[in-house]
Amino acid sequence: MSASPKSPVDRGGPAQPLLTVRDLKKHFPISRAVVRAVDGVTFNVLKGETLGIVGESGCGKSTTARLLMRLLDPDGGEMLFDGETVGGNNNSGGVAMKEYRRQVQMVFQDSYASLNPRLPIEDSIGFAPKVHGVSAGQARERAHELLAAVGLAPNQYARRYPHELSGGQRQRVNIARALALYPRLVVLDEPVSALDKSVEAQVLNLLMDLKEKFGLTYVFISHDLNVVQYISDRVMVMYLGLVVEQGPVDAIYDRPAHPYTRALLASRPSMDPDKRRSEPPLTGDPPNPVNPPSGCRFRTRCPFSEKVCETTPPPATDLGGGHLAACHMAADGSGHSKAGGIAA
Amino acid sequence: MSAALKMQPAAPLVKLRDLTVRFVSRDSNVSAVNGVDLDLAAGESLCILGESGSGKSVTLRALMKLLPKKAVVEGGIEVAGRDVQAMNERQLQDFRGSTVAMIFQEPMTALDPVFTIGTQIAETVCRHEGISRSAGMARALELLELVQIPSAKRRLAAYPHELSGGLRQRAMIAVALACRPKLLLADEPTTALDATVQIQVLLLLRELQEKLGMGVIFVTHDLGVAGEIADRVAVMYAGRVVEEGPVGAVMRRPLHPYPQGLLGATVHAGLRGQRLTTIPGAPPSLENLPPGCAFAPRCSLAEPACTVAVPEARKVGADRMARCIKV
Repeated sequence: MSASPKSPVDRGGPAQPLLTVRDLKKHFPISRAVVRAVDGVTFNVLKGETLGIVGESGCGKSTTARLLMRLLDPDGGEMLFDGETVGGNNNSGGVAMKEYRRQVQMVFQDSYASLNPRLPIEDSIGFAPKVHGVSAGQARERAHELLAAVGLAPNQYARRYPHELSGGQRQRVNIARALALYPRLVVLDEPVSALDKSVEAQVLNLLMDLKEKFGLTYVFISHDLNVVQYISDRVMVMYLGLVVEQGPVDAIYDRPAHPYTRALLASRPSMDPDKRRSEPPLTGDPPNPVNPPSGCRFRTRCPFSEKVCETTPPPATDLGGGHLAACHMAADGSGHSKAGGIAA
Repeated sequence: MSAALKMQPAAPLVKLRDLTVRFVSRDSNVSAVNGVDLDLAAGESLCILGESGSGKSVTLRALMKLLPKKAVVEGGIEVAGRDVQAMNERQLQDFRGSTVAMIFQEPMTALDPVFTIGTQIAETVCRHEGISRSAGMARALELLELVQIPSAKRRLAAYPHELSGGLRQRAMIAVALACRPKLLLADEPTTALDATVQIQVLLLLRELQEKLGMGVIFVTHDLGVAGEIADRVAVMYAGRVVEEGPVGAVMRRPLHPYPQGLLGATVHAGLRGQRLTTIPGAPPSLENLPPGCAFAPRCSLAEPACTVAVPEARKVGADRMARCIKV
């Protein structure tokens, strides 16, 4: 493929996942121990979908995002982008890193920290096209086109610096910059979490519009279950570096199979003061990822924990329709007294 | 409740009258709070809802005289019958902790990293009640049990960094409750916590408030938090209370266009596939507030009269108020 950015081609057809992730791992060594931040994560991102990733702090969702973007090198596992190994070279085949990074872009939570404070925003947006061999004039033109696409009038905003914009406007700039190289996959790591509610809705609408307009695929990471439900086609729930449940959004929200997913959903404050919660669904905090519990990592907080949960990590069980849950209660014959009792 | 709505004859625990706070420096003049009237009865729980820059945290800090020197504070601030503005440093030291206490969003920065949890709680009790250190530690243990910290005895000797986020927040609540304050101020106390921990802390605060009969003022941007904990809510925008009333009524049928828009823009189940209704634009700059209603530039119902004068607080029914000329 030539170096000049243009709309990339679909290789494998619509049925082939855009991104396949198998057994992805990232362990961070700290003094005399290892944090197993991501510890064997397997999932697909289908073409044109939005995959939502939810979980509490320390569950590995942001590390997963950085691994997808290859801002971190994985310690194990495999990633295929439209059927090709990520990070290959000319001899082994696969998609080279520079080419991969062009097709996969990221938007971060902190809109201010992720823009160069000394560049006018049109230069920030045009930076990547220039690196990829586009002339300065064309890069500027591209920047203006994108500013218009995210709802910031170029003649008014192009020469402004990040500090002259509000949080919502800065996040629009970050989104524009992520689109500058015609990516196919955009990884959004808590993109609306730092925004006020009235601005959050504006940015979510924008993300939906851009997805349709440019045929994008999203990986959307958030701790806000309502936002993930709103924007995602499929949802993946993480706990302590592992995927505990994944499936179509309605299956996860209407028929959650894993006790952790159920507790997470039940922890949302009710919007109705007449239906206040009386008991918290879980007690305690998530354990330290340096020393996760044996067997099922959720067992220390799980009301249904039994002997088998202590000894054996539960495999992902298919409940049909692409709904997977890693819980002994979901698997027939696992040895749990409630085995098979929660099939969807 | 605003002054006009005040009905009960008993002196309220908190009485704010026409509070204004400005931050003045050589090259800026920021009007953070622009005329806030609030009352809180003893044992009542009020939630101040608002977005960043609405003046909710500044209002809260004014109640404890915690604002920096450069802040120009005007208006009446009365807590438990005492004029907070008139207090000197010495009086404030007695007042803070014993009459009114505050919990913050970030327990890691609010707690002192070099002292154990037990020491920090005992210090407060010893200072205010003049009891011995060992009696202070005994009281600290009681407090850790009160906030439901497991193995409380062991946790007395723990430093803040040795606790998880949820336990740290509980420890901070214990410090705040050490001298049985009449008024607890909470500034986004659960915002930094994970979902499963947030609900635990919210329920704990609700339980403690009922048990100890404290008045609580909660500052939050999260409607859900208000729904779980508040008796009444006051919605702030650009330094003014634009709507006030019982939590159920305000959340079910807000009167003012701003909370109406906020409720519409809040993502919840059942909105999938639909465009979210948004409030266009962004909140106004507090250095340069628009004349009249500060929400008018973003309001779909605005008319010329809205920009003439700041709308009066209008009473609706017995217990609701909204600052909108359309109400």
